[in-house]
Amino acid sequence: MTGAGLLLRAFLRRDRWMIFWWVLAGVLLYWTQAISVAGLYATQEEFDTAAELMGSNPALIAMAGPDRALNTVGGQVAWQSTAFGAILAGLMSMFLAGRHTRAEEESGRDELLRAGVVGRRATTSATVGVLLVANALLAVGIAVSLVTVPLAVADSVALGVGVALCGMLFGGVALVAAQLTASTRTAYALTGVVIAAAYALRAVGDLGRPTLTWLSPIGWYQQMYAFSGLRWWPAVLLLLAGVLALVGAYAVLDRRDWGAGVLATRPGTPHASAALGTPVGLAWRLQRGAVVGWGLGLFAIGLSYGSIGNDAGDLIGDSEAARQMMVAGGGDLVAGFYAMSMTILALMAAGFAISSATRARGEEEAGHGEAVLATARSRTEWLAAHVSVTVGGTVLVLGLGGLGLGLADALVTGEGSSVWQFTWQTLAWLPAVLALTGLTRLLYGVRGRLATLGWLGLAFAVVVLVLGEILRFPDWLRGFSPFEHLARMPVEDFDPGSFGVVLGVAALLSFAGWFTFRRRDFG
Amino acid sequence: MTTPPVEVTGLVKTFGSTRALDGLDLTVAQGEVHGFLGPNGSGKSTTIRVLLGLLRPDAGDVRLFGGDPWRDAADLHRRLAYVPGDVNLWPNLTGGEVIDLLGRMRGGLDPTRRAALVDRFGLDPTKKCRSYSKGNRQKVALVAALAADVQLLVLDEPTSGLDPIMEAVFTDCVDEFRAEGHSVLLSSHILAEVERLCDRVSIIREGRCVESGTLAELRHLTRTTVTAELERVPDGLAGHAGVHDLAHTDHRVRFEVDTASLDPVLGVLREGGITSLTATPPTLEEMFLRHYGDRVEEVTP
Repeated sequence: MTGAGLLLRAFLRRDRWMIFWWVLAGVLLYWTQAISVAGLYATQEEFDTAAELMGSNPALIAMAGPDRALNTVGGQVAWQSTAFGAILAGLMSMFLAGRHTRAEEESGRDELLRAGVVGRRATTSATVGVLLVANALLAVGIAVSLVTVPLAVADSVALGVGVALCGMLFGGVALVAAQLTASTRTAYALTGVVIAAAYALRAVGDLGRPTLTWLSPIGWYQQMYAFSGLRWWPAVLLLLAGVLALVGAYAVLDRRDWGAGVLATRPGTPHASAALGTPVGLAWRLQRGAVVGWGLGLFAIGLSYGSIGNDAGDLIGDSEAARQMMVAGGGDLVAGFYAMSMTILALMAAGFAISSATRARGEEEAGHGEAVLATARSRTEWLAAHVSVTVGGTVLVLGLGGLGLGLADALVTGEGSSVWQFTWQTLAWLPAVLALTGLTRLLYGVRGRLATLGWLGLAFAVVVLVLGEILRFPDWLRGFSPFEHLARMPVEDFDPGSFGVVLGVAALLSFAGWFTFRRRDFG
Repeated sequence: MTTPPVEVTGLVKTFGSTRALDGLDLTVAQGEVHGFLGPNGSGKSTTIRVLLGLLRPDAGDVRLFGGDPWRDAADLHRRLAYVPGDVNLWPNLTGGEVIDLLGRMRGGLDPTRRAALVDRFGLDPTKKCRSYSKGNRQKVALVAALAADVQLLVLDEPTSGLDPIMEAVFTDCVDEFRAEGHSVLLSSHILAEVERLCDRVSIIREGRCVESGTLAELRHLTRTTVTAELERVPDGLAGHAGVHDLAHTDHRVRFEVDTASLDPVLGVLREGGITSLTATPPTLEEMFLRHYGDRVEEVTP
């Protein structure tokens, strides 16, 4: 433990902005929900009607959480914010945990530290300290901001404490993952799988298999019933699991060699396969793991949405509010549910697409791009290789999501045509996803380090989609999101014009990215 | 005479307010191994990156095989191979995969040569690059470069992580490469290696070439240390323009002399009746310390 205090101070200094932005995003997630709902409904009847509608929509239940006290402001906050809040806290903790442990070890910087008067457990302990600080700030920020709304103190505190415990638990998982594998990327992937599984388990659980909810930390958090009969004991589960993860991480840490993971690295091939000899071959090799992972993930999510889609009508059929929505929306409920599912799949695919589009930046920063450009391959070829893998990968990932949706629906309804129909309708979102990668590419072309800002494009699209209606964004502002321009199939008919225009914008952004990239210094 | 593989005149490259290269001249002739020397941060790697077309020159003329490396980087790179100073490889590919990959992207590599080089450098090509040490990563890059069918090698401190045995292998490989009539631009801090390998050297400092020539020519510009026992100290010695740092006790003198003035100064010494004489030519270290250090102005002829 020697040196942990010193390291903690250094880490906090390094992380202060990162923690600030994550905590700010987390607090805003809860607080904006509270104030936007608080001013939204003129009468309680209106609120009741809306709540009934939301509570009977299985897609929303799957996305957010169980239907509890949705006709209260507090209930709405707990419902809309907890699942995403837990994911946010989990991702924040994962990145904080990874960057100080495995990333430092992989880069060799930790070796320098460890050669000093620093104990074996110091780095990990200081990282736990960082996690405690960040998650405590998140808890305090959420609790205080909700109390000022004003909402009940005990329940507000419970929402804060619960999300912080989720953050600590996923941070602990990330620390275990960092012990298991020698690669930071793999450690993040392992942790990401755990977070995604926690989210998916509670989604299916909330739709009618309560036992599954109890397998998920996010489920435990939501089972604290904040603002709908608060109970604290599920928080104990979170705490115990978090402690268990940390004990596990330390146990492995004490036994393993520095720099090594528990999962052994196997020897590879002494010769490259025939495919690995071009920039495209290389880019595909670097990204195929991500493509397969995201593809299977979206396929599974598509399957789960598709398996409940046809029941959407039955579940909501009796509801007065639902009938109103049908009139307002002008389509049938099942179609509305699928339109929403496809949009969600497209937004998730955009997550893959942007991370894929920023890969070129990673290659340049790591010095790998230099090795390629020193061979007889031009910049244009190198960038085009990354673009083609991003586009091809996005088609695959998005298509697999749609295929899962259609396959499950076909299995439930017996209508085989769903398979290709849903696949195509999901793929029709491709231009919007590619437009976001085009933006990322343009930012990268102008200056390598700007590429990360491409994520803001996705964040904006999500905000417009989720809050645009509620916060009454003006049309011109919503128009910046490429998702606003495409037809929402199957509710609306395919619109080749908007499809072409958005695709054109995506191509134009990419072209501008290539144009600027060719003119700047590399490396 | 063919066009020199590398011809740089008046190269300027700025990064913001930093002037990394400030009118640099550099020529690598056909068939020579050209040493590229200079203190850390003097602009060696920046020059190499401009030569590779990775950075865009702000001013000056840069010719690679007579072509413009910024415009035609890919085509020109068919004729060269590059080993960076800091070898960063894809952590999830094996060394063998990287060698094949880089070779194929350069337009193919000779499998027998590849096998021979892997063997000579004692490289295990089945290991993932993540687990290679610095020296082994360098071997991967060296094998990839040496197995390629090219006319120019651009090597940026290629042996800084190699053990002495591997360094000898490297030296042999460069000799063989030169014997085929090809050229090498070798940036290095290992002076023994430079002395052993290089036909000519260029010394750069703060983005400028301060000296260029064969080692013999460079020696000529520096001072020889002379120690002599004399019957008496001649009058002309202390005042001679070529003599520096003169120290004498009774019959013994010790001084430094500009190598160009060696002959006239020895003439003066003989007047004192030499009984014993040692002349030590400058070691490479002294030569480079002089160029790298702050006394650079003094040696300008």
